[in-house]
Amino acid sequence: MRIRHLIAILVAPWLLTAALANPFEMTLKNGLRVIVKEDRRAPTAAQMVWYRIGSMDEVDGASGVAHVLEHMMFKGTPSVGPGEFNKLVAAAGGRDNAFTSRDYTAYFQQVPNEKLAEMMRLEADRMRHLNVDAKEFAQEIKVVMEERRMRTDDNPQSRLFEQMNAVAFQAHPYRRPIIGWMSDLENMSAADAKAWYDTWYVPNNAYVVIVGDVDHREVFALAEKYYGALEGRALPARKPQVEPAQDGTRRVNVKAPAELPVLIMGYKAPILRDVDKDSDPYALQMLAAILDGHDAARFNKKLVREDKVALSVGIDYDATARGPGMIYLHGSPSEGKTVADLETALRAEVARIQKEGVSEPELKRARAQLVAAEVYKLDSMFGQAMEIGQAESAGIPHQKIDRMLEKLQQVTAAEVQAVAKKYFTDDTLTIGVLEPQPLDGKARRPSVAIRH
Amino acid sequence: MKMTMKKLLTAVVALLAAHSAMAGVKIEHWVSPTGARVYFVESRVLPMLDVQVDFAAGSMFDPAGKSGTAALTRSTLDLGAGTRDETAIAEQLADIGATLGGGADTDRASIAVRTLAAPEKRNAAIDILRNVLQAPRFDPAIVEREKARTVAGLKEALTRPDAIAGKAFWSALYPAHPYGRQATPESVAALARDELAAHYARYYTAANASITLVGDISRAEAEKIAESLVAGLPAGAAATLPAPPVIAPGNTVKLAHPASQAHVLIGLPAIERGNPDFFPLLVGNYTLGGGGFVSRLMKEVRDKRGYAYSVYSYFSPLRQTGPFQIGLQTKRSQAQDAIKVTRDVLAGFLKEGPSTEELAAAKANLTGSFPLRLDSNKKILDNVAVIGFYGLPLDWLDRYQEKVQAVTVDAVKQAFSRRVRPADLITVTVAAD
Repeated sequence: MRIRHLIAILVAPWLLTAALANPFEMTLKNGLRVIVKEDRRAPTAAQMVWYRIGSMDEVDGASGVAHVLEHMMFKGTPSVGPGEFNKLVAAAGGRDNAFTSRDYTAYFQQVPNEKLAEMMRLEADRMRHLNVDAKEFAQEIKVVMEERRMRTDDNPQSRLFEQMNAVAFQAHPYRRPIIGWMSDLENMSAADAKAWYDTWYVPNNAYVVIVGDVDHREVFALAEKYYGALEGRALPARKPQVEPAQDGTRRVNVKAPAELPVLIMGYKAPILRDVDKDSDPYALQMLAAILDGHDAARFNKKLVREDKVALSVGIDYDATARGPGMIYLHGSPSEGKTVADLETALRAEVARIQKEGVSEPELKRARAQLVAAEVYKLDSMFGQAMEIGQAESAGIPHQKIDRMLEKLQQVTAAEVQAVAKKYFTDDTLTIGVLEPQPLDGKARRPSVAIRH
Repeated sequence: MKMTMKKLLTAVVALLAAHSAMAGVKIEHWVSPTGARVYFVESRVLPMLDVQVDFAAGSMFDPAGKSGTAALTRSTLDLGAGTRDETAIAEQLADIGATLGGGADTDRASIAVRTLAAPEKRNAAIDILRNVLQAPRFDPAIVEREKARTVAGLKEALTRPDAIAGKAFWSALYPAHPYGRQATPESVAALARDELAAHYARYYTAANASITLVGDISRAEAEKIAESLVAGLPAGAAATLPAPPVIAPGNTVKLAHPASQAHVLIGLPAIERGNPDFFPLLVGNYTLGGGGFVSRLMKEVRDKRGYAYSVYSYFSPLRQTGPFQIGLQTKRSQAQDAIKVTRDVLAGFLKEGPSTEELAAAKANLTGSFPLRLDSNKKILDNVAVIGFYGLPLDWLDRYQEKVQAVTVDAVKQAFSRRVRPADLITVTVAAD
């Protein structure tokens, strides 16, 4: 049984080695950008529409509205009735869904390539013509509350992660959960969702990514036809909401029905802003690969296999984002060990890199994995569309994705050691601990008692 | 980056895992000199190769009282083999950018490697796979460590309402069949290293293996690789199946839990792999609860009433009679209302079947989405491995669309009346008021 990845992360957007001209890009007069990557291996296509609007753009009291609006986007326009969007995609032999992150909201369809035009027509329609019906909203908000119960309220690890972010960030909106606080959901109205839509769903706040067995010229013509008529509008100013420097360790404990304690140690970390000039984010990615990139990487080898202090352990770091970054170390202690033992062990692994650095074989191994992953990634058209979309969402031009990979390959042992010293400091650390509680109220075995 | 998906489709997709072949996907099949069945799809588009070896060695073959044997055998298989210790295996794989995957379910134990196709990389990856298949060590210290981790994971699962519901559901559906026996902390803690070795020796044999290869190699190379993987295994004999499951009388199992949401599962043992009822059930279930956002259950339970984020139904055909399952989660105080709506939807569907419009919509989606089922090497591998493991006809994918098209409203109603009898339905609730 593997219980390694506590925090769901998406693979860092590295790859892409197609011919120079591919992907192709154009911008419509209304400001909508269209990025097309031709991939002829199978007669299918993926369309993704990305809006530069996520939970970080919400304000207090309205947390979760970005995600609620995402749900409402399936509830109809003057020309497409409630639920019809899904029906039309299904009739086309397609699959569709959507997701909301801190940074963006994205919608997608995967279809046989001859159905792409219809999907573009449908997405263009709901980009500016959504009905936010009060009756539909009243049902859908209940669905979202059920979603919150399922994903967060009844999931101890999600609750811990939610609480940690609420403590690690104070000024920056990353402190709020994407799904929203329950009280905010209970008090949200259709008018709130409508205002969100009217403010942010405009072509100049979006980009379309299409990957598949298509001709980019034809797709550009279709984009002009369907999206071209939509009017752009000036967007409100977005305030920076810079997170002040953290000056001391913060701790948060969460009690929930569970068996295993969980420890998360989150350090403030840099985010890639300039692909060519920045270096620390690449070095941190390489450090993460050396600590946790395969089954015999340092964390698993030492803490799970040799010392048996942890049942599972991992590291998560996203180098790209609109907001500030964190690097998370996380794990569950073995029976007979405590979270304090695990914390000591994790700190020792970081200290080992700070003192002794990393070896050339370790770096070489991580690079070999990167090169292979670059090929494997091409096995999924959807994965390629995700990669382009995510880079762009963080302000990284998709043309720079290859360059990011090159830079990652060039990371040296000295750079890895330097970032280990620079960023793993107690002053920017937030520690989260899940304290398991018995389901039936009876005391549990003493060996897992928590020391905090 | 944390994300919230609008909908969970993973469970629903389980049924769909075994479909389709795009025009041009050609499955070559042969039996290796040592008796393993081999399935090969040449794909030259990307310089990579996937190889998966499946054995009839899943949890249905766990000895009585030894639940967890199959899973632990598989999870320790690649933790030391021949002269390689677990670190050497992991490091050598990483050095060439290869990955080793797989696992054990009720029927199958699988081990799969993904590698770059360049000969020096490919040969090194296949050599590790061969080593792991033919000479696993089952080092006692490692077995003890993995037992402890498995036990901890099982204990954790027993605190989770979804896992509790799933375990209770399978126990209730299969009271006298191995499908209903689940690993427990106690059963795993009692397993001995030699019991894993014995499970390996009995079931990881050439006659009990199917091998699937997809990627950038020739037929001749595929033959060589396949034979090298099984040449060192004993010929063995195909696994002997237990007596088929007997349908238990309908029942309700209600379990207490402090969660805010109730987890509800409704179902019964329904169909095995290769049964001709598969297509009418597949097409019919699309309308009932398999068609994602457009299913009746989704409309009634989620869209109209806001009772649940996820509600679905699917058939999961296995080697022996696999389950039909409806699932949902809802606020605990409204669980009984949600169950009533769900049962009403099911009863209406069993009585009337799909409308002609619904049937047409189901067929349009199931046939129209055909190319999406095979547009990557990974998807081709998954599909072909299922065909190989369950011995489905080689033209199964080629005829998939035609079989879907042939389904009628009457065929759906008849297949459902044979397979889903309301009196036999088992309902499991966890945390329902």
